[in-house]
Amino acid sequence: MTTKKFMFVNRKAPYGTVYAWEALEVVLIAAAFEQDVSLAFLDDGVFQLKKGHQTKDIGVKAFEKTWGALEDYDVTKLYVAQESLAERGLTADDLAVPVEVLSRAEIGKKMEEQDVLLSF
Amino acid sequence: MLHIINKSPYDRPALDSAIQSGEGAILFTEDGVYAIAKGGTAEAKIKAAFGKFKFYALGPDINARGLSDRVMENISVVDYNGFVDLVAEYKTNQSWL
Amino acid sequence: MKFAILISEGPYTHQASDTAFHFAKAVLAQGHEIFRVFFYHDGVNNATRLTTPPQDDRNIVDRWSKLAQGSELDMVVCVAAAQRRGIVDDGEMKRNGKDATNLAPGFRISGLGQLVEAGIQADRIVVFGD
Repeated sequence: MTTKKFMFVNRKAPYGTVYAWEALEVVLIAAAFEQDVSLAFLDDGVFQLKKGHQTKDIGVKAFEKTWGALEDYDVTKLYVAQESLAERGLTADDLAVPVEVLSRAEIGKKMEEQDVLLSF
Repeated sequence: MLHIINKSPYDRPALDSAIQSGEGAILFTEDGVYAIAKGGTAEAKIKAAFGKFKFYALGPDINARGLSDRVMENISVVDYNGFVDLVAEYKTNQSWL
Repeated sequence: MKFAILISEGPYTHQASDTAFHFAKAVLAQGHEIFRVFFYHDGVNNATRLTTPPQDDRNIVDRWSKLAQGSELDMVVCVAAAQRRGIVDDGEMKRNGKDATNLAPGFRISGLGQLVEAGIQADRIVVFGD
């Protein structure tokens, strides 16, 4: 099978809308198809990675653990926009998994290198 | 890269996000076309980015919203065929939803 | 050139399905190929045959069905998203113990692998969403 560079661009906060979770489902399939997968978190997408999701009282399934599972699928390229973290008062220490913090411009360069860009 | 923006700059930060991400072309569709209406604060942002981006806007969406009387200069108005041509021209495209 | 289209929103509430439709028609009119149109998130709601829009408005579901029938377009509805939102074909009805189907003509329900495959096979993929 051809291997293409797939980047999943996540810009929305978790739980307020379904996009974060349903995007993750596509990531897992792309990894199972042995594609070259990376994830970019920009704008409110950085909130998806914040540690400590406790969703019992809103009655929805939490997906924080899934970030940890990505490594089992060889999905290790998680890029987070520095500016988006700073605007939201977050640092890499607040996040549930190891990530590479890059400027928006650097993430933009990575986007240009992709074959497939999927936004959710 | 082709950046496709379908949200109003007064509603979502997509235009700012796209401009900060590199260079290439920006195509405004749907509510994104409000960015190219003269006289709003988006006008200055777009003018400041002329060096990095070529700007396009979808004519049918401009007309639908009654904006054809105030399209900024140096914005190329395209139809759906032009939209297809832009996607074909650029190896990658990003929809800033 | 081969195109693929991802539609992430349902009919009427967002313009995404309309824009995608006009885009798809222009792609075909220019002689390009569409490898697949994939419906995800609320986009699966474009595939219910039970809509009755007003007579003087566009029939979004029907025109996708007609486009597919006229051009052998492969229109795939994500099974997981469809299950969550109640878009059902015969197979899903039997598998999940439902008492009805509602899938419109020209659509088929399948897995997310079809979206990934579309990304692999197409030269260009465009996302229409919110």
